[in-house]
Order: sequence, then structure tokens, then C-alpha cells
Amino acid sequence: MLKALKNPFLALLAMLAFGAIVNVAFNSFIQLMLVIILINMILAMSLNLVNGYTGQFSLGHAGFMAVGAYASAYLSTQMPLLPQPFEIFSFLLYALVGGCLAAAAGFVVGLPSLRLKGDYLAIVTLGFGEIIRVVLQSTPAVGGARGMFGIPGPSEPKFIAGYIHASIWVIITFFVIWRVVKSTHGRAFLSVREDEIAAEAMGINTTKAKVRAFVLSSFFAGIAGSIFAHFTNYLNPSSFSFARSVDSVIMVVLGGMGSMSGAILAAIFITVMPEALRPLQELTGVDLRMVIYALSLILLMILRPKGLFGNKEITDYVRKKSS
Amino acid sequence: MNSPGQDFIQHLINGISLGSIYALIALGYTMVYGILQLINFAHSDVYMVGAFAAYFAAKLLGLNNSPGIATLAILLIASMVACSVLGLAIERFAYRPLRKAPKLNILITAIGVSLLLQFSCQIFFGADPKVFPNVIEDGVLTEVFGVPLKMNDVSVLAVTLVAMLSLHFLIYHTKLGRAMRAVSQNRTVASLMGVNPDRIISFTFIVGSSLAGIGSVLVGMKYPKIDPLMGLMIGMKAFVAAVLGGIGNIMGAVLGGLLMGLSEQMVVGYLSSTYRDALAFGILIVILIFKPSGLLGKGGVEKV
Repeated sequence: MLKALKNPFLALLAMLAFGAIVNVAFNSFIQLMLVIILINMILAMSLNLVNGYTGQFSLGHAGFMAVGAYASAYLSTQMPLLPQPFEIFSFLLYALVGGCLAAAAGFVVGLPSLRLKGDYLAIVTLGFGEIIRVVLQSTPAVGGARGMFGIPGPSEPKFIAGYIHASIWVIITFFVIWRVVKSTHGRAFLSVREDEIAAEAMGINTTKAKVRAFVLSSFFAGIAGSIFAHFTNYLNPSSFSFARSVDSVIMVVLGGMGSMSGAILAAIFITVMPEALRPLQELTGVDLRMVIYALSLILLMILRPKGLFGNKEITDYVRKKSS
Repeated sequence: MNSPGQDFIQHLINGISLGSIYALIALGYTMVYGILQLINFAHSDVYMVGAFAAYFAAKLLGLNNSPGIATLAILLIASMVACSVLGLAIERFAYRPLRKAPKLNILITAIGVSLLLQFSCQIFFGADPKVFPNVIEDGVLTEVFGVPLKMNDVSVLAVTLVAMLSLHFLIYHTKLGRAMRAVSQNRTVASLMGVNPDRIISFTFIVGSSLAGIGSVLVGMKYPKIDPLMGLMIGMKAFVAAVLGGIGNIMGAVLGGLLMGLSEQMVVGYLSSTYRDALAFGILIVILIFKPSGLLGKGGVEKV
């Protein structure tokens, strides 16, 4: 188990084995949920890089996801897919292009706004996210407010193809961010989070470090958007609203700022919880799910302000027990 | 048809009327920020609850179809009371336990409170829009250069003016106001001078929330449709107005609100209404990049 955390190929194999089990053992609703969970994992991990490791509060993650989703969807309607066995490579390529465009958007947004701090940064990123949404809403080429229909997606078997595509990117996201955080750049991110002035005194260009983290994070947000676009085959600007950015932030905070395993577990939890509460809705007759969601967020902040894991990893706990 | 000059005056009147509503709500943001350095995301939902409070007050008292100054006063008071109680409760139960927590946690709590209010109101009041009672007979009062000056706009302006003058008196000419200013400058030193910061913070929430309550009744008069998500957009714009004027600065919020309202009406009047919502964020980004402290704000020096 722990070996898989060090080797991307082992991890991918493990995920594919899990997918194969889900493919035969569970119904299509669970399968759909699983892919959504993977997308949310990418979102949470990438936002964690900015909010958790670099300590900059971004509230516009949905905007970058939208850029990636629309770019990749538009490209796929313009360009023919590769023939069947290589089809997955077309989607990887679309995702890559979407991610790069989102990263470019992240650079444009990040360069001026990362000079700001705390609340102001949160508001500016929120503003940029909303502007991206408004622009998409009034661009007829991508369907405007009606949304974009008929986006090609991985063909039959739909679940397993989409799952493989998402798994590959989850693994890439995890290992890239994991390695980056352990690198010189990652140390720079951490030092910016801990104390910006001290970091600057140690010769770190804090603005550059912040922009780097932001661009990388936007790239993976774009990837998540691309997977979303090709899996659901339909895009609407309203699915990239403020609420989705807040969702991503909540995943990061719930898991613990600066904890990869925390972000992953929180992504699973936040995606599954509304569905798990569905029986309650049938019981009471009113849709209490979102109220519980909001209430638990407030209680979490008051009772456990560092999130589930703080800045520790789940493996830290495992190791402590075994030694 | 109207001449271009008359059109302009019409947009000007609409802009000032809309802008003064933004200013009222922006005051709530700016006061809380000034004293706690917290963006109170729940403020826009306090405003929404205020509109519903006025709606139900009118329904209970049978004032749905009796427009007049008395109705306006009653609805204003109902909405202000409801908002103050709610603001006080939010401060007491959500923000006070986090007084010493990192800023980010308080910000997320604020988002949580905002979501909680939105969703619980959707359950209690239903998600469909309700029609706000007719508060003031909306006739033409007089004409300015051939442009009709509507009763609604005049009462919006009058109420705003009274509210702002009272606020000014409260902050600059009473003991309580002096305490508020002291706490916003330095909480520790203020407490050494015998000011109880927690009480002053609660009081700030009461004042800010009741201003939102006034704003909600005025908006209900102008755009008589209310629903649980009505606070989202107007809250954002009011917040931008507060930042534009320099957050934490009372005069700045008023100036920012008026500028926002005017520019929005001009964009709608002369360009296209598609961009009326993007405009707010455009202004926000420009102001934050070039002068982050806002028009009237003082730039802070970061100390180690």
C-alpha cells in the first residue's frame, strides 16, 4: 500500500484494479459518482497548492476550471478523434491544451493580483472567476448561456474509459504536486506561507513563488475542467459559479491546509455526503442537505479550525503506529 | 422622445437612487471590516432576511395595499429589528468563538453562515420569488428639465439621507461612536481605556445590519420581487463599492456606493445590460491593482 504511494505506475495499476471492480460490481450511479470524485480530487489537490501550501487565499478556482473545460471542449468539436484504441490519447491531448490555457489564464490573473494579500486576494480571484463566467455566458461560439452541447467523450464502455482518463490525471496531479512541494520551489511556497517577510529576507522572490504556485494550480484546475467536459458531454457557464469555487475551498479546508491526503479524503467526503443524506430528505420531506452542509462547515471551523489533518499526512499516523 | 440631455438626467437619477442603496449596504461591510478586518460574507444574506421580514410584517399587519409614509416607517422598523437581531446572533454564535483564530477560518465561517441563511430561507420561504408590498404610491412628484422625478426615487433618497446623517451623528458625536472608532483603531488599547470591545463589536453588527435592513426595504420598493438568493449580486456590488471607496472608511463606502450605482446605470443606459454584473468586478480589479486601499483609504505600512 505504501509502496504505491511512491510509484506512479503501481498507483495507477491499483486505481485501475479498483475501477475494474467497480465496473462489474456497482451500478452506473456509483460509477458516475466515482468519476466526479476523481475530478474533485484534482480540484482539491490543485487548490491545496495555492491555499494550503502557499497560504494564498484563492476563491476563483471554478473560473480556471471553466477555461480548461471550454477550451478542451471547443477543441474536441473542431478536431477529429483518433481511431478507437488510441482514442484516449486525443482526450489526454485535449486536457493538456485545456490545462495550458487555464495556466495561461492563471498567469494573467495571478501576476497583478498576487501582490495583494489575504482578503483582497480572495476578492480579486472571486472577481476574475465571475468575469470568466460572464464572458463565457456572452460568447455565442461556445453556446452562451444555453451551454455547449454534444461534446465528444470517451466512447463505450463510457465509465471505464472516462475512469481511466480521470485516473491518469489524478495520478499525475498527485505526483507532480507531491514532488513539487518536496522540491526547492515547494520549500519556497511553504516559506511564503509561514512568513512572507522572512521568506523575502532569505532571498526568495515571493511574488514569483506565488505566481508559480498559482499557475500550476490553474493548470490542474483546467485539467479537471477538461475531464468534466468530456465526461458529462455538456457544459453550462452556471456550473462554474462561485459555489463551485467555495466547494473546492471547503475541500481544502476540511482536509487541512497543506495536506494532500486530507484534500483527497475531503474531496471524497464532500462529494459523497450530499448523496448519502438523500434518505434523510425522503424522511423529512424537505431538502435539509445544504443546511447541514453549511452548518457542519461553521461547526468545523469553530471546533476543529485546522481541518481533519492539519498539515499532516495520513501516512504520518500510519508510521507512528508501526514504529 | 427624450433628448440626449434628458436621457442623461434620467440615468443620473436612477444611478443616484441605486447608488444610495448600494451605499447603505456597503456601510455594513465597511463598518464590520473596520472593526474586525473581516469580510462579512453573511451581510448580503442579512439584507435578504430583512426584505423577508418586511414582507411578512406587511402581511401580518395587513399593510399590503395601503401605501404611505406610515407603512414605509413600519416596514423599515420591522426590517431593521429583524436584521439587528440576526446580525447580533451571527456575531455572537459564529464569529465571537473565532476571535483569535486565523483570518481564513473566520472568512470561511462567514461563507458558511451565508450559505446557511440562503438554504434555510429557501426551505422556510420557498425558492420562488415573492412580490413585495406596495409601500409608496409611485407617482410622478415633479419634473426636472422635463424628466419625471418619481416618488420612489425621492423616498429612497430621503430615507438614505436620514439614515446616513444619523449614522454620522452616532459615530462622530456620541460616546458610543467614539468607542467604536477607538476599537477599530486598536482593540487592545481601547480595552485598556475602559471600552468593552466585545460589546462595541456587537453594537457595530447591530448598526451595520439595520442599515442593510433599510436597504432591503428600499430595494423592495424599487424592484418589488424578493427571493432567498436576492442578496448575492447586490451584496457583491455593495462590497465592491466598499472596497472602491476604501474599506473601513465610512465616507468611502458612501462615495463608492454612489459611483457604483452611477456607473452601472450609465453602462446599462449607453452600452449593454449584459455587462452590468461584469462591470462591478472590472472596477474592483482595476481599483485593487492600482490603488488597493481604495479612493479614500489610507495605505497601511506592513510592520514585521
